[in-house]
Amino acid sequence: MIVKQVNQKAWFMVLPVFLVVAFSAIIPLMTVVNYSVQDTFGNNQFFWVGMEWFTDLLHSERFHDAFLRQISFSAIILAIEIPLGIAIALAMPRKGWGVPVCLISMSLPLLIPWNVVGTIWQIFGRVDIGLLGHTLTALGIDYNYTQDPIAAWLTIIAMDVWHWTSLVVLLCYAGLCSIPDAYYQAAKIDGASRVSVFRYIQLPKMQRVLLIAVLLRFMDSFMIYTEPFVITGGGPGNSTTFMSIDLVKMAIGQFDLGPAAAMSLIYFLVILLLSWGFFTVMSNIGEESSNGGS
Amino acid sequence: MANITLKDIAHSYTGESKNPDDFALKKLDLTWRDGGAYALLGPSGCGKTTLLNIISGLLHPTRGEVLFDDQDITDLPTEQRNIAQIFQFPVIYDTMTVFQNLAFPLKNRGRSRKEIEPRVIELAKILGLEKNLYTKAQHLTADSKQKISLGRGLIRKSVNAILFDEPLTVIDPQLKWELRSQLKFLHKKFGFTMIYVTHDQTEALTFADEVIVMYEGKIVQVGTPEALFEKPEHTFVGYFIGSPGMNVCPCDLQKDRIFIEKYELALNKIYGEVDPSSKIEVGIRPEHLSLAPPDTTGLPVKIIKVDDIGRHKIVRVALKDKEFNVVAPELSGMTGDSCSLIFDIDHTNIYVNDHLISGERM
Repeated sequence: MIVKQVNQKAWFMVLPVFLVVAFSAIIPLMTVVNYSVQDTFGNNQFFWVGMEWFTDLLHSERFHDAFLRQISFSAIILAIEIPLGIAIALAMPRKGWGVPVCLISMSLPLLIPWNVVGTIWQIFGRVDIGLLGHTLTALGIDYNYTQDPIAAWLTIIAMDVWHWTSLVVLLCYAGLCSIPDAYYQAAKIDGASRVSVFRYIQLPKMQRVLLIAVLLRFMDSFMIYTEPFVITGGGPGNSTTFMSIDLVKMAIGQFDLGPAAAMSLIYFLVILLLSWGFFTVMSNIGEESSNGGS
Repeated sequence: MANITLKDIAHSYTGESKNPDDFALKKLDLTWRDGGAYALLGPSGCGKTTLLNIISGLLHPTRGEVLFDDQDITDLPTEQRNIAQIFQFPVIYDTMTVFQNLAFPLKNRGRSRKEIEPRVIELAKILGLEKNLYTKAQHLTADSKQKISLGRGLIRKSVNAILFDEPLTVIDPQLKWELRSQLKFLHKKFGFTMIYVTHDQTEALTFADEVIVMYEGKIVQVGTPEALFEKPEHTFVGYFIGSPGMNVCPCDLQKDRIFIEKYELALNKIYGEVDPSSKIEVGIRPEHLSLAPPDTTGLPVKIIKVDDIGRHKIVRVALKDKEFNVVAPELSGMTGDSCSLIFDIDHTNIYVNDHLISGERM
């Protein structure tokens, strides 16, 4: 019988990757897990509390509110940015001097750092010196994002749409450009209307890039921190305290490490779960009658 | 059903221009007989696709008119012309089933479901797609997808002509054969005018009653496959059709004889005076050349290379620096690499500035 020689050397090759992942992800995550099951009264003394922080958090109204605000924000953002992005991409020229002009002006907002975007809009919306705030007030519209929750939400949503719609546009534009001319020509010969061309050619061909766009925009908007922090700081009241802002308040403001750690983990799992959900649903669109082929 | 006439058509992608080089399609006049099978043959970039797109209305010609019988339809939009076009790559609507794909052109024209359904089922049977009628079109193989594209053309009974733009490019060789015979069958059955663009000469020659050869935006010859082979009217047709193509070699012409590299060759025709500054060439197919042992009455040539391609050999010979391909059944009785090249003068053609000139038989 031949004894199969197993060469274990390959494990050493994996070691560098393992180390990198360990230091970048596993160890930091485990410290958070560690905090989430313990309590401390200072002096670096910790007590085992088991799942208590998780149960507390899942029953706390504060968490529910923050979660609701967060999910509504993401839903609104996706509902605006995805259709708007598709519409702009469809309207962009395919050739000529307009292409670079459009592409560059679309990329500009993406190049601005988050906190600068926050600052721009913070000033832009101010009633005393901001162009937007001052104009609206002069027009007789009651707008003050530091006092009115609705105004604060509108400001943050407008800012996010301004900042990130271009990403959706660029992705969709890339998808549209990859459709061969023959499809449009065939549609003309078949007598298809403009709506049919969109519904049966452009949308299916954009499906993959749209999946990426939705995932990226969902994850980003669900984790949004810097911009609302700079603009409203979570206010007025708690009306724009999203999960990330709440988390920072809890962890650094109140120094409740245990609950904050539990919240981080739940936060992480929610993002993971929802992203997986989006991915599964969107990659299965149009596949329901799949029976192999070729 | 109608004859399609192209009247003085010319097209430039950069718009009207005085410079003839801007034109992808130079002035051409042509009538496509109703129900005919035509092949449009030519190298890439010679204007074949441009010509098709003008017929189907995807392009508006810079100059000239398109007529269906006597009716000028140059300004009629694509969807109102009774033309279908099949493209190089199968164009299908991914999210639709095969049924929906086939029904799409009728649905867009507002036909009722009652009318559409039997028609789709009938056509699917003819095309051999009936088993897959309710599968998503994107799950099918390339040849089935191409059948769907074809089906979308055939579904409209009023279709006048179907334009094929190299439709078998992405199909596997043995399926190509099958699809090709199916196309022939469909053409017989439905009697539509078929215009088939290709750069594959076998495809063109097996398909068509008439072959149109294009070169640099011009039609250089229209004729039956035999005529193209026997009497190419342009040196390009000679090169392009046949494998290997026609031998074309510069020569001097004097009435009934030509001189290639000072060697004299008597012809059986008398040619008129030709402007000496023009390019004079002799063209002869490799099939009409033969080799004999050296010192026979022929041109003394050297054998450079012999390719054995099965039934016969292709011998490349050189007369000084002029080279010829010869199709030879056997190289018997020859030793060494020198031998005599014999021309079949009945099939020797003379070209002036690439165009065939005719002589008077002696």
